[in-house]
Amino acid sequence: MAKVLMKGTEAIAEAAIQAGCRHFFGYPITPQNEIPEYMSAHLPKHGGVYIQGESEVASINMVLGAAATGCQVMTSSSSPGISLMSEGISYIAGSELPCVIVNVMRGGPGLGGILPSQADYLQATKGGGNGDYRLMVFAPSTLQEAVDLVQSGWDFAFKYRNPVMILADGFMGQMMEPVEIKPHETDRRDVQSWAMGYFADRGNKRTLIKSMNLTPELLEAHNVELQKKYDQMQQEDTQYEVLDLEDAELVIASYGTSARIAKTAIAHLREEGYKVGLIRPITLFPFPYEAFEKIPSCTRHILDIEMNMGQMIDDVKIGTSCKYPVSFFGHCGGLAPSVEEIEDACKKILG
Amino acid sequence: MSETKIYSKPKSWMKDVHTHYCPGCGHGIAHRLICELIDELDIQKDALSMAPVGCAAMMYDYIDIDYVEAPHGRAPAVATGIKRVRPDKIVFTYQGDGDLASIGMAEIIHAANRGENFMVIFINNAIYGMTGGQMAPTTLVGQKATTCPLGRDPKLAGYPIRMCELLASLETPAYIERVSVAKPKYIMKAKAAIKKGFEYQLENKGFSFIEILSTCPTNWGLNPVKAFEWQMENMMPYYPLGVFKDYE
Repeated sequence: MAKVLMKGTEAIAEAAIQAGCRHFFGYPITPQNEIPEYMSAHLPKHGGVYIQGESEVASINMVLGAAATGCQVMTSSSSPGISLMSEGISYIAGSELPCVIVNVMRGGPGLGGILPSQADYLQATKGGGNGDYRLMVFAPSTLQEAVDLVQSGWDFAFKYRNPVMILADGFMGQMMEPVEIKPHETDRRDVQSWAMGYFADRGNKRTLIKSMNLTPELLEAHNVELQKKYDQMQQEDTQYEVLDLEDAELVIASYGTSARIAKTAIAHLREEGYKVGLIRPITLFPFPYEAFEKIPSCTRHILDIEMNMGQMIDDVKIGTSCKYPVSFFGHCGGLAPSVEEIEDACKKILG
Repeated sequence: MSETKIYSKPKSWMKDVHTHYCPGCGHGIAHRLICELIDELDIQKDALSMAPVGCAAMMYDYIDIDYVEAPHGRAPAVATGIKRVRPDKIVFTYQGDGDLASIGMAEIIHAANRGENFMVIFINNAIYGMTGGQMAPTTLVGQKATTCPLGRDPKLAGYPIRMCELLASLETPAYIERVSVAKPKYIMKAKAAIKKGFEYQLENKGFSFIEILSTCPTNWGLNPVKAFEWQMENMMPYYPLGVFKDYE
């Protein structure tokens, strides 16, 4: 398939279908409505099923049920909707089920606004629902990357039997770019060994999928096993991009659309002789702490740039072991930092 | 020709386990009916169910089929996900009155309205059992509970909700019946209703809802015999048994 011009939400939906997703359950919320709309129009043509849930709460539980059968299931929503889904997401993680959840972020807290934002970094990476669980969280900064991350999403979901979140800011959902969407084969691994509906295939042995353990020792053991998965993600599957790091006196840490704007600013700054580099986490969990170990000795300062009030800054400080001063620049509420603003912020720091 | 009936445990009942239910609780009877029918219809390999939140949260310890745990009230949504992926399987939920008629009201109404092709078994004992006897949406007017110590006051809490009647107002459901497990004659009818629910699903007729009037001797403060009598005297007049909707 050649490159075609597509809107982000529709590219995400088509990428999912081309990766084998045949089941989608969701509830309308701006700014991601084109994903369920696309799925409702296209999934039936591929022999799939689209159901509009009565709420985000119901939709994520439909995902839970579908995921329990070992299929490639997906939902999408936006920030307040993800808050409503958090109960189900915690159960899915606790029950070790694979699925892909897309959050096209808007401004918060509460009803917030409908314009692009990165306000759910902490919700996505540090919890949201109850208990010690983690999602694998991917933050695309181009539509092609969004396509690729959605498609590889189920590979990770089945590798770890864990929910995967595509954390796309509203720009990723609403802008148009040329993308190439190829068919993607997903390896569902040993699905028959644990999923519902394979009683006879397992030699008349049933499966029991649950997150509850009333015996404290068993629940602790379950948590220890979950933690091993999260550690393995950290060891094997962090993704990040570094740019112009070798001689950087100032390193920008940024992801998604913010990082994309920062790249333009860095190009301008470099032309003017300012030595600025970039670390762009692609996986927000597992956070690519090792990228920050590559920061050269000539670096004097780290600048965290996000479309929120600085939610990633703690992870940046952990990644740099607080060896450098870390400051924040950004906008929230639906505003994005401009190239000029980022340039000014960098120049102020570099003097 | 005479037939000798020997008492036996259903094949789909887990080996060598006893339930944790209190003496006189209706759950054990309902579980057994389900197992007998799984055996009779030979659907053990194809039956998929959800454990609810409530006293029956660990029903997977007794019934030997594929199980997934559903969050409180969400079983009809979970069942929707399962059945839409695996229409070839037999799916049923089993939910108490707090689970289904309170926190899960949206999920049950919309699953019924979509005509999801699965069966919902609704255990109505007019109280929250697991959490220790709080008021349920089905607690009768004047009935005492730990969160209505003077008895349910309709001015404060409204009247008890009749789920069969509520769901029967929808166009889509295939089959809605209220039964009881208070006496052998009622138990026979309850079994016939659950059987019909399974059969309708096998025939792709759509959504079946079986409400079972049950008991909670512990939280009602009654012995098992008195509890069944209390159900017949107090619940049956407000929750009449019978078929509220049937497939035409």
